[in-house]
Amino acid sequence: MGFLDTLFGRTKPVQPKLDDLFGLPSAAIQLEAAMGFKPTGSGSVSFRAPEGKPFADIQKEVLELLAMDDGKPGGGLPVEVTKDTYGYTWLVSNHMSDEIEALVTDLHAVNSALVDGGFGPQLLCTLVAFTDDSHRRLSLVYLYKRGTFYPFAPLSGNNRDNALELQAKGILGDDLRMEQDLTRWFPVWGAPGL
Amino acid sequence: MATQTRYAPDRGLTVRMTATMFLLGLVFVAFVALIIGIMTAAHASGASIILVALIFGGGSAFASLFFSDKIALAAAGAREVSPKEAPELHGIVDRLCALADMEKPRIAIAPARMPNAFATGRNSKNSVLCVTEGLLYHSGLTQEELEGVLAHELSHVAHKDVQVMTYASLLAIVAGLLVRFAFYSELFGGGRRGNNDGNAALLIPLIMLASAVVYAISFLLIRLLSRYRELAADRSGALLTQNPSALMSALQKVSGGMNQIPTQDLRAAEPLNAFYFAPAMKLSGGNGAGSLSAIFSTHPSLDKRLEQLQKIQRELGQPGADPRGIQ
Repeated sequence: MGFLDTLFGRTKPVQPKLDDLFGLPSAAIQLEAAMGFKPTGSGSVSFRAPEGKPFADIQKEVLELLAMDDGKPGGGLPVEVTKDTYGYTWLVSNHMSDEIEALVTDLHAVNSALVDGGFGPQLLCTLVAFTDDSHRRLSLVYLYKRGTFYPFAPLSGNNRDNALELQAKGILGDDLRMEQDLTRWFPVWGAPGL
Repeated sequence: MATQTRYAPDRGLTVRMTATMFLLGLVFVAFVALIIGIMTAAHASGASIILVALIFGGGSAFASLFFSDKIALAAAGAREVSPKEAPELHGIVDRLCALADMEKPRIAIAPARMPNAFATGRNSKNSVLCVTEGLLYHSGLTQEELEGVLAHELSHVAHKDVQVMTYASLLAIVAGLLVRFAFYSELFGGGRRGNNDGNAALLIPLIMLASAVVYAISFLLIRLLSRYRELAADRSGALLTQNPSALMSALQKVSGGMNQIPTQDLRAAEPLNAFYFAPAMKLSGGNGAGSLSAIFSTHPSLDKRLEQLQKIQRELGQPGADPRGIQ
């Protein structure tokens, strides 16, 4: 925030950065090669739905955009809309586990539609889920406002596997811009699509 | 890319805030000029006194700013809580901070039963957001309403309100000290310099009068500024959560205003209207803009705050209200 914004108590809405999302497919290859984690094929976009009617329109538009894939052979599976306990809306896109690129394209399309509609500042995060043979879970969370990724590895009972997360951070450092400030690695317990 | 935003800046609020800060500065400058003028007229040196007042006043203000988080937490008897202890509270703040792209403040809970929350700290790194147990457990706030309150407090952190208000009141502190120093220096030092007694006797009431006027004016201006900062925090908080209604109902619940919404059917209540004299009077009295208590208050009246939030509510309902708007 600039000096004048502080002086006048203004908040500039923070616009999201979207293009970094396309680094995900190569990061997925890295994760599989180095740690044995494969994409589960599901990813989700989380945003804050504002009150008022226009958002219902945007939501409908986004759903239509994603559902169009259904017509294509081998296209996307149905998209679910859920609301989490914190009041954020999650759009979950499910693909086959080897379709990470299609998944990322879908997620990017959702994000662009929301940004074009003027809802960029409301985007919270995008999440792509991975799992390994022993069913450990790891997800990469993309923070729009920072343009950075961080790993989130939930264990049972609201614990997180910090060792696994730090390992993933080290491996992905070359492919993705990882969030260096660990205090911003906030947990997304029970996020849909995890 | 046809990016648009629906955040309309509130220019009126900015203008009013600028005017208040300008007046505050003006009062201070005028006061210093007046003191120097009076001192020169009495052939006393004012420069050293002003310098000492600046150092003392600045020092105490800086100390209170620097330790504001510790002082406030200790005063409220609050205890910092980890994400494990208060996962829901941390979860809400985590998400709001990610939305606003700001550093997460520390979180504390105070044992008071009164529903309230405050944020303090000299910068975003040292900020603490404190909520009372009353707000969490006894106020009956829903999660959305609690989020609205937290977003309001986070906006205070983002706007650096603790700093701004410290600097604003610094002027008043220095002015107050100046008066006291001038008073004592006249009392003890004036005689030795051989000024005639009549001059000094006239000087002290003059300075006391000036001090009273300056103190009163700057006090009112600081309170006014504080109310504008509250409105700005309401606004930013509502825009952050995109949910002004939740903040509105939280405000009403916390300030006990829920009772103002009649639960009785209007037609049923009508015959009894004659008996509702007191509540009706109370309502118009609390309306605030012109009443005396309103200008001494650090917070705007509930009606003012609700009115502003209602405006935001309407703006959110309109797509693309101001494509180049920032705020």
